[in-house]
Amino acid sequence: MPTVILPPRHYLNDGYGIASWLLTRDHKRIALLYLAAVTFFFFIGGAFAVLIRLELATPVGDLVTDATYNKLFTMHGVMMVFFFLIPVIPSVLGNFLVPIMVGAKDLAFPKLNLASWYIYMVGAAFTTYSIVTGGLDTGWTFYTPFSTVSSTSNVISAALGIFVTGFSSILTGLNFIVTIHRMRAPGMTWFRMPLFLWSTYATSLIMVLGTPVLAITILLVASERMFHFGFFDPALGGDPVLFQHLFWFYSHPAVYIMVLPAMGVISELVAAFCRKKVFGYGFVAFASLGIAVLGFLVWGHHMFVAGQSVYAALIFSILSFLVAIPSAVKVFNWTATMYKGSISWQTPMLYAIGFIGLFTIGGLTGLFLAAVGLDVHVTDTYFIVAHFHYIMVGGTIMGYLGGLHYWWPKISGRLYNEPLAKFSALVIFVGFNLTFFPQFILGYLGMPRRYHAYPPEFQVLNVLSSAGASILGVGYLIPMVYLMWSLRYGRLAGSNPWGAVGLEWTTTSPPPTENFAETPEVTWDAYEYGAPVEGHVA
Amino acid sequence: MWTGTPLFPESASTMAGRVDALYFFLVALSVFFSLLIAGLIVFYAVKYRRRAPDSVGAEIHGGLVLELTWTIVPFLITMVIFVWGASVFFAMARPPDETLNIYVVGKQWMWKFQHLDGQREINELHVPVGRPVKLIMTSEDVIHDVFVPAFRVKADVIPGRYTNIWFQPTKPGRYHLFCAEYCGTKHSGMVGEVVVMDPSEYQTWLTGGAREGSLASAGAKLFQDLACNTCHRPDAQGRGPVLEGLFGKTITLQNGVTMTVDEAYVRESILQPAAKVAAGFQPIMPTFQGLVSEEQLLELIEYVKSLQALPQVQAR
Repeated sequence: MPTVILPPRHYLNDGYGIASWLLTRDHKRIALLYLAAVTFFFFIGGAFAVLIRLELATPVGDLVTDATYNKLFTMHGVMMVFFFLIPVIPSVLGNFLVPIMVGAKDLAFPKLNLASWYIYMVGAAFTTYSIVTGGLDTGWTFYTPFSTVSSTSNVISAALGIFVTGFSSILTGLNFIVTIHRMRAPGMTWFRMPLFLWSTYATSLIMVLGTPVLAITILLVASERMFHFGFFDPALGGDPVLFQHLFWFYSHPAVYIMVLPAMGVISELVAAFCRKKVFGYGFVAFASLGIAVLGFLVWGHHMFVAGQSVYAALIFSILSFLVAIPSAVKVFNWTATMYKGSISWQTPMLYAIGFIGLFTIGGLTGLFLAAVGLDVHVTDTYFIVAHFHYIMVGGTIMGYLGGLHYWWPKISGRLYNEPLAKFSALVIFVGFNLTFFPQFILGYLGMPRRYHAYPPEFQVLNVLSSAGASILGVGYLIPMVYLMWSLRYGRLAGSNPWGAVGLEWTTTSPPPTENFAETPEVTWDAYEYGAPVEGHVA
Repeated sequence: MWTGTPLFPESASTMAGRVDALYFFLVALSVFFSLLIAGLIVFYAVKYRRRAPDSVGAEIHGGLVLELTWTIVPFLITMVIFVWGASVFFAMARPPDETLNIYVVGKQWMWKFQHLDGQREINELHVPVGRPVKLIMTSEDVIHDVFVPAFRVKADVIPGRYTNIWFQPTKPGRYHLFCAEYCGTKHSGMVGEVVVMDPSEYQTWLTGGAREGSLASAGAKLFQDLACNTCHRPDAQGRGPVLEGLFGKTITLQNGVTMTVDEAYVRESILQPAAKVAAGFQPIMPTFQGLVSEEQLLELIEYVKSLQALPQVQAR
């Protein structure tokens, strides 16, 4: 094995000091700024989750007051959804990888990219302010008229934070769309692109088209709350259910903002650790676009018991079943990719396998909810909580951690402790299932969500869930430790530690600021493992 | 430790069996596909594990037949679930013609029930076994939701609107009633019980409770007190429409639109009389917004319903 040395010049040593980071226009450094920020908010949101699970270990509300409990689950949801799950993969992995994967020096609008980070931070500051000055108790869903009339908590500042952060999402999406359209290297045709780019592209479309609707909705809520304009409050002549239509028109597609990039990551991981082209490349690529388009047409399935007409419910039901099909197609294609692959069991592949398993359960339980007659019983219960955590935590976070481990050597130039990484992947998988599987049973039993106290017969299942949450929490802390440790002490990775193909593995680890010494010319399809690629060390 | 820990909810309504059947079908389907995927993944991961550091996978890029199979088969399966789920939902959405009607008013943080005979209850609802019961529900403040897990029914309770659910209890007993839509500080305290009784016990309970006269008679008194009767007279000489026999009828508005007189229309006509004025009348009625409570509105509606001079088809 040739001695691996760090490249003499790379993006991490191209300038030192705080200003070289805070004023950078390098997409890779901006990705790391996002990494620091989203990790911080993930642990804040996680701390709220720990308190929630501690409270629910006993049926009576004894750890915190009911008012505090309501703030805990609200702020857990707000932090995790708007400041972690939505931005995490696009802003960290997408920012780092999109330009490299298309063979460009940077995103189309580097200054806008930096501006996106600052906008995100300003939004996060408003929301954090609302938390430390008394909190928010509306639920992350801000349902009216509770949020506009009844709640006495910090609705305006929290909503303003989400409003501002939305612009960061829009600008990031715009940057990706333009980059993928205009900045692909010579020879990098649409159908040679890695599937991560296809899913990032589909995600960007949702960000650009959906987020403005959320912004408008927040403005309506704020103007009703502050100036008593009657949009949603029936006492002012408004319609409370109108809010739900507007909110879910964005917030259902937002689920796909969270999970589509994770699906893109999984395609990369499965290909790289099976050393094989993703089965049915075209079907997987178009499945992403199909999900993005259909995802805009299913919002009404959040409102089957909210008094919408029977026929509207049926239309939303059938469309919700249709959006399940492209997801199923992806799962089958990933599984088929493993057939006759050369499968390595390294950490990223463990996360990929975990993702496929958990996403399958999350997706199948989605069928329960799309079936209107069954949704009536399980909606607003812990069944819903379990279902969306299987998608968002089992899906998005597994995909993100898998991707972070896969590209960590590229990002940092160093390898992490593999046995420890495998161990923590296992801890996360076990902890996750122990936390959320009992919640399916609780939900069918009828335990409503957002309950501070509950009937005593539900306690055993809640204790299991709380026990699982403590295991899950430890599982998330371990990677923090060994990834930080690897920054200084990890073995050097070399440009292609996994023997993977893809433009990012043809440049040094860490890459130079301009990504490639010279603009690459692409003459191969994605995932061409049959024919050796130049610069690819087996 | 599992004693007293149920893993499946009690089934105590005619709807429960139908919902559970669909649930078990979906559980079986999920177990099958989860095991299929997990089994294949584990099997492949072992069978095709990397044996040499530089080995690569076989050159297989896809297959149209497989792609079509795993697109069309899931599509067909989901359409079966769709039709099944829709048929259960239709049964939930369409109460039988003859129901025992009970009014529900939700407020932060309690449930108020009003029986037609005049009994009022808080956080406890007594119903007889074997009879279809329809709840006609509204909220005084924010959105709430009536959820009785043992009956497998749930519906939001929305301010400014009337929503319905119906159920037919099959087993006497006491069952949880939860508020299932987050409604503020004491959301998890907005709980109660549905008490399902044998018909004879229910009769005893009906006659035993403190009687304030029927809901309709309370409405009749209110109708006098608010001087509604000066304009709404039975003899067609008043300035407002005759209310006798009106409920459930289809009427024509000033703008030519036709609509059925239901609970929501009566409510709106009391609170915003100018919104939908019946053809042939002037918009001269004053608003009663803020003067009558949600519960009094229900009494007035029940009074209007009771004025059935002619046999009427009951509105849904």
